[in-house]
Parts: sequence; C-alpha cells; structure tokens
Amino acid sequence: MELSGIAAYLVSFLTFVGIYAILALGLNMQWGFTGQFNIGIAGFFAVGAYASAILTVPDSPWHVGGFGAPFLVGIVGAMVVSGLFGLLIGWITARLRTDYLAIATIGIAETLRLIIANETWLTHGVRGMTNIERPFAGFFEALGLSSAVGMLIVVAACLVAVYFLVERARQAPWGRVLRAIRDNEIAAEAVGKNVGRFRLEAFVVGSAIMGLGGALYAHYFGFLSPEAFLPLYGTFLVWVMLIAGGSGNNKGALLGAALIWSIWSGSEFLMSATLPDAWSGQAGPLRVILIGVLLQVILIARPQGLLPEQAPKTVPFGKAGERS
Amino acid sequence: MIKIDQVSKAFGGIHAVENVSFEIAAGRITGLIGPNGAGKSTLFNLVAGLIRPDRGRITLQGEDITGRRPHELFHRGLVRTFQIPHEFSRMTVRENLMVVPAGQAGENLIQAWFRWGRVRREDRRILEKVDEVLDFLEIGHVADELAGNLSGGQKKLLDLGRTMMTPARAVLLDEPGAGVNRTLLGKVSGAIQRLNGERGYTFCLIEHDMDLISELCDPVHVMANGALIASGPMHDIRQNDHVREAYLGGGRLVDHRGGRGGERR
Repeated sequence: MELSGIAAYLVSFLTFVGIYAILALGLNMQWGFTGQFNIGIAGFFAVGAYASAILTVPDSPWHVGGFGAPFLVGIVGAMVVSGLFGLLIGWITARLRTDYLAIATIGIAETLRLIIANETWLTHGVRGMTNIERPFAGFFEALGLSSAVGMLIVVAACLVAVYFLVERARQAPWGRVLRAIRDNEIAAEAVGKNVGRFRLEAFVVGSAIMGLGGALYAHYFGFLSPEAFLPLYGTFLVWVMLIAGGSGNNKGALLGAALIWSIWSGSEFLMSATLPDAWSGQAGPLRVILIGVLLQVILIARPQGLLPEQAPKTVPFGKAGERS
Repeated sequence: MIKIDQVSKAFGGIHAVENVSFEIAAGRITGLIGPNGAGKSTLFNLVAGLIRPDRGRITLQGEDITGRRPHELFHRGLVRTFQIPHEFSRMTVRENLMVVPAGQAGENLIQAWFRWGRVRREDRRILEKVDEVLDFLEIGHVADELAGNLSGGQKKLLDLGRTMMTPARAVLLDEPGAGVNRTLLGKVSGAIQRLNGERGYTFCLIEHDMDLISELCDPVHVMANGALIASGPMHDIRQNDHVREAYLGGGRLVDHRGGRGGERR
C-alpha cells in the first residue's frame, strides 16, 4: 500500500522523532542522571549504525560483511559493540572531570568519523554502504503495511522498551546513586559508593542505547555514509533536545526530541517557502543559527527545561511519621 | 578505636601534618582544635582516606587502614562529614538519606530491571529507617525539600543524618558548628550528644567554637603548624601556655560564653 504525501511525511517524521528520542534517553542516562558531559554522541551513534549494517548486509565486493544476519542480531550486535566501545572510552576517561570528558569525547567521535570515511575496506568510505534492509518487511507486507510503517512500529517498540528500562533505572536505587554522584561526588564516595563503577555502568548503558539509535537509523535509511555522523546531526541536536525537554527527566527527553525535531524539520519548509532564491544556499546555516538561538533562550529563560527533573514517584511525599 | 601513629604529610615544601600521633577512643567525643592552617582538616583527610600519608600508620580497631579509599573505610564503619556541607543538592532530603545504606539490591541494574518487587520491598524498609532518622533530628518537616534549599544548619543535621543511615559507629565531623545559627547549633550539639550517649557513637570533631568544644569533647587535642602541641581535657588545655600562644590568643583567656568568636563563617 502506497502512502500519500502527507502520511508518508508523518511516518518519516515520527520515525526520526523516535530515533532521536532514543538517543536523548541515552544521553539523559549519562548527563541527566550522572553528569557526564558526552559531546561525542555522534561517535556512538555511528558505531551502532555501522555495526548493525556490517552484520546484516549481504555480501558486497566493496567492504567487509556478507554475514547477512537477521535484523535482531544486527541491533543486539550494535548495542553490544557500542557498549563495549563505551566501556573502552569510559575506562580511559574514568578520571576526567566534566569539561575534560567533553573534550575527549568530541575528539574520539571525530576520529571515528574520519576512520569511517577513510577505512574503505570496512565501510566503503565516503561512498557509503547500501542494501541495509528494513526489518520484517515481508511480515509487514503480509499485514498490508509498507516497510516505512513497519519501520516506525519497530522504532516505537524499541523506544517504549528503552523508556521503560531507563525510567525504571532512574527510579531504582541505581539511579539514586547516579544522581548523588552527579550532585556531589565526594559525598557519594564518603557514604561508601563506588563512584567509578557506577559512572562506568551509566556510560556503557547510555552508549549502548545510543548504538541502538544508530542501528535503527541505518535500517531506516538503508544507506550509510560518514556525512550522517557530523556533530551537528549526531550530537548537537540531541543535546538541544535534552536541554529543552529537561535533563534528568525522561519524559522531558521525549518531549524535547519531538519539539526540536518539529522545529528543525519545520524550519526547512519555512526557509524554502520564504527565503528568496538568492539566499537558498544559506538555508542550512540559518537553521543551525535558529536552533542555536533557541538553545540560548532556553538556557536563559528556563535552564531546567520544559519538564524539570522530579523525584521518582517511588519516594513518598509528606512529613516523616505522617506518611500513610 | 582509631589510632593515628606518627603520621606525616607534606604538600610540596609545606609540612601540613608532621609526625602526629593520638588515639580516638571508642565511645568518646574527641575534639581537635588549632588555628587555621594547623593541619586539622589534612589529618581528617588522611584518616578518611582522601589522601595518603607520606609516613605513618592509621589503624581502625587494630586493622591497618592507611591509604584506604573513603568507600572502603565506610564499609569498615568509619564515615566523615565536611566543613562545607556536602548535600546531594538536587535530591530531596528523604532521598539524601535513602541513598546511603550499603549493598542495596537495586543498586545492581539487572536487579533493578528484573527484580522490581524485591527492590521496592527493600526501599520500604529503608524508608522506615529514614523517617526514624528525620524524627530523631527533628527535620521531618523538610523531608520533601531539595537538599540544596536547606539552611546551613539543616544541612549539617542532614550530614549527621546520613551518618546515622550507616552501620558506622565512628564519625569524623569537620566543623559541625560552622555557619550554623544559635538555635540550630543547640540541635546539632544535642544530636551529637544523644548519638554518643544513647547510641554509642564515637566522634572526633574539628571545631573553632570553644564553647561547643568544652560542652562536647573530652579529650581535646591541639594542633599548630602541623604538629600536635597539647592533649587533655579542655580545662587543662585552657591553662596550657603553648596553646594560648599558638591559638587561643595569648594573654588572659576569656571564657566568652554567650559571645561568639570572630572565626565563625
């Protein structure tokens, strides 16, 4: 069944929102809970995308692969590989404070992008990888659904699962320790918490979630090239989403992803409709400026984001002794 | 309980702590006083495992704990508070206490995901203890406040509360009276006395408020320029000429009960 223009756009819009929401939840675990300033999201995104692509594509003369593994193996593999990558990075940067971690992660992400662009035996370099299939296309076809709608359903299912696990992790004592480390590392250590272990766990799990986002992106697009993992798309937008929505709040991460992606993709229409032809080349940078200005406004007017962090609902409210 | 044995620590050329020995006896409230820069906080950091001594040995109930990390010491029953309160500022007061108990099943992510019932049951047990501590310290009315919004004195009480959430019975308090108003200061010192008297806690505290020291502490150790210069009951310390010269301000010593010294921040 073919979708009409608007319906097709809506499906693509929601798929992007879902993928970005997964990335924002991964970042929320690292930054919102733990205070880890990872600005190399694009790196983990790329590792997940290429891992799943290499595992699942058919044999190609241009790059390694030909494993032809099923989709589920691809996304689980992507999470494992990006989690292991996170373990390595987290272990190396374990002792780095916030701002130094930021410098290290952005460097690592850019290095990775250059490796992807130049190691053609692995990734086919800038010419990219093709033939990455959408999941369960035959199954959805039998149900009368297009592969794009099927993809959206798969993304939505992954998002629900990730949200559930991340939110439960936040409500659990595990998330409580992470937030304590974020607020005061010295005091957390003084009350017996193994700060290094918790920090590494949060970094690894957050990285694996970002890897899942990357894998879904690869299967949605069917084509991968290093261009997709420029810091603007892979890192900057995700940060704006989390800050706008409310870091520390998982619902905020979802809201931020939907809101910022609306503005980002909406601005494309707006610019092409309103800008004079002579300016059309400037549309891209103008959109970036728009998002940058928006970020400034949020940081000044509402630094806690649209949905501020809240104590988990598992913590009762009311005075001591008066609790029912 | 805690033996500090000929401990030294230098930062560059500065001998912050020089060959200091004394014992923090079980069941007592030991005071540690001295002018700013005497090395008191450095000594605390050495005992609490934040920094390693260059020389010397520290034992806790006979076990060598020299150079152990703070979280390891915590599990051996030794905790500390800080001169500046170290609250978890964006968590509620109740959560600040809930985070403390060691070895919670839900601190393991797999358990948190797949054994939710067990995690919740354990949380409810911890909450009973939390509310008992809040009642004891009389800060139940701020249980839902973010800890960052508390007053200085309330934060000091919260610091004490966190130590009460542990099985630890040896507590190092770094200036429990600093930045606390008169009313709350009474509460803080009352809580320390009750924890010591009724519950058998051992304390060692650094303090500049001589009234608080003489009210709570026996014995008192005096440090100056990194060295221990006197030890004994506060009454004797006041008579000690070296101490007067180094710290209590030469000449005749006035018991300024009711008037506050200038060193309060």
